[in-house]
Amino acid sequence: MLTRREFISLCAKTTMAVSLSEVLLADLDKAITAKEIKKPTIIWLELGSCTGNTISLDNTASPSVKELFSKVIDLRFHWIFMNVEGSNATNVMRQTAKEKAGEFILVIEGSVVLADGGTWDNIAYENGKLVTGVSVLKDLASQAKQVIAIGSCAAFGGPSAAHPNPSKSVGVQDVLDRQVINTPGCPCHPDWFLGTLYHLINYGLPELDTYNRPKLFYGRLLHDQCQRRTYFEKGIFAQNLGDPWCMFTIGCRGPRTYADCPNREWNGTDNWPVGCNTPCIGCVEPGFPDVSMPFFQRYPDLKLPGFTANLDKAALAAGIVTLGGLGAHLGASLATRRLRKNLTETSLPLTPPGPHTEAQLEGIRTETVPEGAPTQAKVVRTEPAPALLQVRRPRKARRTLHKQ
Amino acid sequence: METRTIIPLTRIHQPLKLELDLESDLVTDCRSSGTMFRGFELMLEGRDPRDAAYLTQRICGICSTAHGMVAALAVEDACKVEITRNAALMRNLIYGADVLQNHLRHFYVLALPDYITSPKTPPFEPQSSYDKRFTKAENDKLVESLWQAIETSRLAHQMLAIYGGKAPHQHGIVPGGTSMAPDADRSNRFRGLLKIVLEFVNEHLLPDVELLATKYNDYFKLGRGPGNFLSYGMFPQKGSLNPKYPAGAYLDGKLSDLDISLVSEDISHSWFNGPSVQEKPAEALALPDKQKPGGYTWLKAPRYDNQVMEMGPLGRMWLSGEYRNGTSAMDRLVTRTLEAKKVAQWMLEWLDELVPGQPTFTPFDIPDSGSGIGLTEAMRGSLGHWVKIENHKIAHYQIITPTAWLFSPKDKAGRRGAVDHSVVGTRVGDKENFSEVGRIVRSFDPCFSCSGHLIRPQGDIEEFRIC
Repeated sequence: MLTRREFISLCAKTTMAVSLSEVLLADLDKAITAKEIKKPTIIWLELGSCTGNTISLDNTASPSVKELFSKVIDLRFHWIFMNVEGSNATNVMRQTAKEKAGEFILVIEGSVVLADGGTWDNIAYENGKLVTGVSVLKDLASQAKQVIAIGSCAAFGGPSAAHPNPSKSVGVQDVLDRQVINTPGCPCHPDWFLGTLYHLINYGLPELDTYNRPKLFYGRLLHDQCQRRTYFEKGIFAQNLGDPWCMFTIGCRGPRTYADCPNREWNGTDNWPVGCNTPCIGCVEPGFPDVSMPFFQRYPDLKLPGFTANLDKAALAAGIVTLGGLGAHLGASLATRRLRKNLTETSLPLTPPGPHTEAQLEGIRTETVPEGAPTQAKVVRTEPAPALLQVRRPRKARRTLHKQ
Repeated sequence: METRTIIPLTRIHQPLKLELDLESDLVTDCRSSGTMFRGFELMLEGRDPRDAAYLTQRICGICSTAHGMVAALAVEDACKVEITRNAALMRNLIYGADVLQNHLRHFYVLALPDYITSPKTPPFEPQSSYDKRFTKAENDKLVESLWQAIETSRLAHQMLAIYGGKAPHQHGIVPGGTSMAPDADRSNRFRGLLKIVLEFVNEHLLPDVELLATKYNDYFKLGRGPGNFLSYGMFPQKGSLNPKYPAGAYLDGKLSDLDISLVSEDISHSWFNGPSVQEKPAEALALPDKQKPGGYTWLKAPRYDNQVMEMGPLGRMWLSGEYRNGTSAMDRLVTRTLEAKKVAQWMLEWLDELVPGQPTFTPFDIPDSGSGIGLTEAMRGSLGHWVKIENHKIAHYQIITPTAWLFSPKDKAGRRGAVDHSVVGTRVGDKENFSEVGRIVRSFDPCFSCSGHLIRPQGDIEEFRIC
């Protein structure tokens, strides 16, 4: 069997599509056959959800769904796959929770709906009464060995809890007095969930970050891994959706998003949102979607530790900017949650800008560099900038940007 | 008479509650109910109109692209944007991939287990042995198809991600067109996957449904719908042809053009309160009220010219004149699989028509004010988004989903929704697991993530309906 260190290194270096099928699955299969480990019993409960995470898990390439069901997990309850109806189905859930108390893993998809005492999300009929999702969740969670919240709704409330949150949705960890492992994403990438599960089965609890996300997959800033990072450093920004440059200026949330999409990519393709010429919308972060909206608008003014900067103006004034330092700032402040608070306060909902007037544009052009922001003078450049840069950088580009 | 309550009806996206009134083994009334509600309508209020194309996809994980598509159409209508022909083709390809994914998953994962003996392991166990008619060899073949179908639907989503970034909740369809222009390399990969999917449809899906239809031919008589059909049209091709699937209505045996102003909604038995029981989508003022007496579902009751309408693959093929065999549960399953083949073949044509390198995105400004309607056929029926823009922001947004049409409660005139209508009159041989009812209900491809909706007024209208 792989050591934990080897497994972590596999997850970091390759996509699971390669590693799980060729190494991990065989490994796991052998261990299960030899009774070294037991197939984990899983109860999968859907609350306020769009079912997107189940569909995403259906998209797993390796293991395939067939291998997953037959070799890796013992999925006792999931109403998308079950044959029997109504109480015949929910009895299985109750029975499993009783039989496997302290052993089973509870997977929750979707937000916990609290409006009207939770009755906006009834999921079962027991003893002549409708039963709410939140009450079933609390019952099962008290008996589960581990609770995994899959998808951003289960982890943090997600889109179900978007302002003004009519259904009073919250994340699973907000209603439970126990450890919850969050594997957010909208939807959660199948590798993120299965890799977490694999770690849990073989090595126990994976290392978690402040938001209880496994660092294995959510440990690095997306911005630092992006294929288009070079464009960012050089100040080559997209003017419109569909441009093949850095998406920062049209709303990319990569600089404050912790996920490995640029390396992992989606659905067995070489594609992911930025690869598709659209901004990352930060779907794995707490507060999504509100803190990411409007999706196609640059960051609002950020109160960064030490100074207040409008990233737009900073970038403009600095010309070819090394915003890398700023990225690091963002990372550091995320850890302290300071930025989160500022973002939440300033980002919802914003007025999309109308086209800028000539006077406004002039004002922006003459803006001085905020104190403490990197300046062009600090950029060490050994070669002249390629022609492309000189075309992309100047005013005309900016003007179109503001029409966004 | 006895009343039985079934919740959750499984193998449906999100819980469905059924209340059945039974006289001995005859269903005399059926009240289907959506029991989960999130209220996406309100969430759109005050946001950037372009965001609707991404946020509304979160309503539903299996038909997300349909919402993205309709939201983009609605915003483009409001902003007076013309997208390029190349963009329209790209959208059809992205959306077509999701349609194929949906049809495969629906038939094999959700519907077929009602008829076969599934593998005897969880999550398929326990299972009912009631009325299983396949021989062991046939059954084994169908189970093998089921596993292959899951793999093939994964490939359909892979196809979607080639031009859409990821799936579900793709990024490629945006107001103004699509974000990726076609190139030869991607189109070739797309075509390769499409051919695998088409081969599966030809070699497995069509023979499998034929076998099913032969063994269970009594289901051509069960679960008959109201007989009225509606379609908003599907796969528009701006710049040249009309939609591949025509829009229209089939009412009381007569075919007519679609008149969107005839769509209204009734809230007599929904958990909503408003000044009027029946409202036009763009002017609806109802608010959610879970305690409302007489309410039993989060779904409203959309009506066309006050009539109950059915929709989906059967409705589309009925309106296009390709299929007029009947309106039963089996007809729905058969047309869904026939449609999968049609769509895959169209997609091959669209791939040939794409012009590599030609732009697919048209930049535009959001006007100070405007209003627009986006209409398309989602996988399971007619989906419409109504948007109103004020001060560059969304002032009002509303969605009417196919699930609301199909699973609508009774209206003020006492007319049942299409699903309830088709279940009433069924004889239940299996009171343990209600197999007959489950088979009929699932033939509609229900999706209850898409069911709740919410409207709010206050001068200007704020409204949104969940897919």
